[in-house]
Amino acid sequence: MASLDDLKKRIASVKSTQKITKAMKMVAAAKLRRAQERAEKGRPYSKKMNNIILNLSNGISDKENAPKLLSGSGNDKTHLCVVMTSDRGLCGGFNSNIIKKAKSYFAKLSEEGKDLKIITVGSKGNDQLKRAYSDKIIANISFKESKHVNYFDANKVGKMVIEKFEAEEFDVCTIFYNQFKNVITQIPQAQQIIPLNLKNSEENKSEDSYEFEPDEDEILSNLLPKNISTQIFKAMLENSASEQGSRMSAMDNATRNAGEMVDKLTIEYNRSRQAAITKELIEIISGAESL
Amino acid sequence: MSEEFKIEIVNPEKSFLSKEDVIEVIVPAFEGEMGILKDHISIISFLKPGIVTIRSNSGEDKFYVEDGIVEFKNNNLSLLTSTILNLKELQKNKIQDLLKEAEDESNKTEITDQSKYLADQKVEVLKSLN
Repeated sequence: MASLDDLKKRIASVKSTQKITKAMKMVAAAKLRRAQERAEKGRPYSKKMNNIILNLSNGISDKENAPKLLSGSGNDKTHLCVVMTSDRGLCGGFNSNIIKKAKSYFAKLSEEGKDLKIITVGSKGNDQLKRAYSDKIIANISFKESKHVNYFDANKVGKMVIEKFEAEEFDVCTIFYNQFKNVITQIPQAQQIIPLNLKNSEENKSEDSYEFEPDEDEILSNLLPKNISTQIFKAMLENSASEQGSRMSAMDNATRNAGEMVDKLTIEYNRSRQAAITKELIEIISGAESL
Repeated sequence: MSEEFKIEIVNPEKSFLSKEDVIEVIVPAFEGEMGILKDHISIISFLKPGIVTIRSNSGEDKFYVEDGIVEFKNNNLSLLTSTILNLKELQKNKIQDLLKEAEDESNKTEITDQSKYLADQKVEVLKSLN
C-alpha cells in the first residue's frame, strides 16, 4: 500500500488537475455562447445565398454550358477533401469524429479507384491524418492567430479551392466538419460543394420569373465562387461552436471523474491513516502489558 | 397607400440591417446605378464597389459596399455583401487604408480584366469619399 505521504501528494495533484479542467469548462461555456450566437447569425447569409443560387440555376436555359462550379468538370476522377478540425486539443471526440468520418470516405474512394487529395484546415486534423495520408495532403491551413472565425479566413480557403479547381487539379470537392446540434451532440458532416448539390430544389417555390442584370450565366459565375467561401465559412462557424460544446462536455466529464478520484483517494488515505494509528495503539498497549 | 417596402442587408457574420419603411434604394449594380422603388419587378443583380443609398421615412442612410448580390422579390429587397460599412461611422483613416489596398490591387500586373475593373471602381469610389 502506498504510504500516507504519497497518497497526500496524489490527492493534491488530482485536485489541481480538477481545478484546471473546471476552469477550462467555464471558458468553453463562455466561448460556446458566443460561437453559437455567431453561427446563428451567419445562417441567414448562407441560406439566402443558397436560395438565390437555386433561383438562378432554375432560370438557366442552357444546362450544358452552365458554369463548371455548378455542373462539375464532367469527370469524377479526382476528389478533393477539405477536412476541417480544430487547432487545439482537449475537446473530447470532436476531432476524432471528423477524422473517422473522413477516413471512411477516403476508404470508399480508394475502393472505387479514385484519386484523393486532402486539404486540412486546423492543425489537429493534420496531425492525425499525416501519418496515414501524408502523400495525399496537398495543403494545411491553420488559423491559430485569428481569435474568431472570420469571413476573411474562409475566403482564403475558398479562393484556394477555386484556384485548384480552375487548374483542373480535382473534379469533386467535399468538406468535412461538425454540425452543431447541441452541447452534447455534434454531427460530423460531409458536404459536397463542387459541383453544387441542389437537392432541396422542390421546397423552393420559384414560380415568378426574375429579371437578371446582367444575364444569368454571368451572375452565376460571379456568385458561385462566393458561395464556396460562404459554405466554408458556415462550416467553420458550425465547427467552432461544436468545438466549444464538445470541449465543454469533455471538461465537465473530466471534472466529475477527478472528483470521484479524489473521493476514492481520500477514503484510502483515511483508512491507511487509521490503520497506522491502530497499529501504533496495539504496539503501545502490548508494550504496556508486557511490563 | 403606402409606398414602403422591406430591406434586409446581411453579411456573412450577421444580419447587418433590416428596415421596413424604405421608400427608395439606390444600388451600384454591375451595369450602372439602379434605383429600386416599391413594386419593382423581381430582379437579381450583382454589385460593384460603390455606395448604397437607402431612403426611408426615418431619413437617408449611405453605405459603402465592396461587392454583393441584390435580390428583389415581392417587395422584399435582400442584399448580400461581404463588406459593408456605414458612411457615417467610416473614419477618414479607414478610407485611406481601404484606398491604399485597392490601389495596390489595381496596380498588380497579373490580375484579370474583370478584377482590374472592380479594383479601379473601388479606387474611384473611395477617392470620391475622401
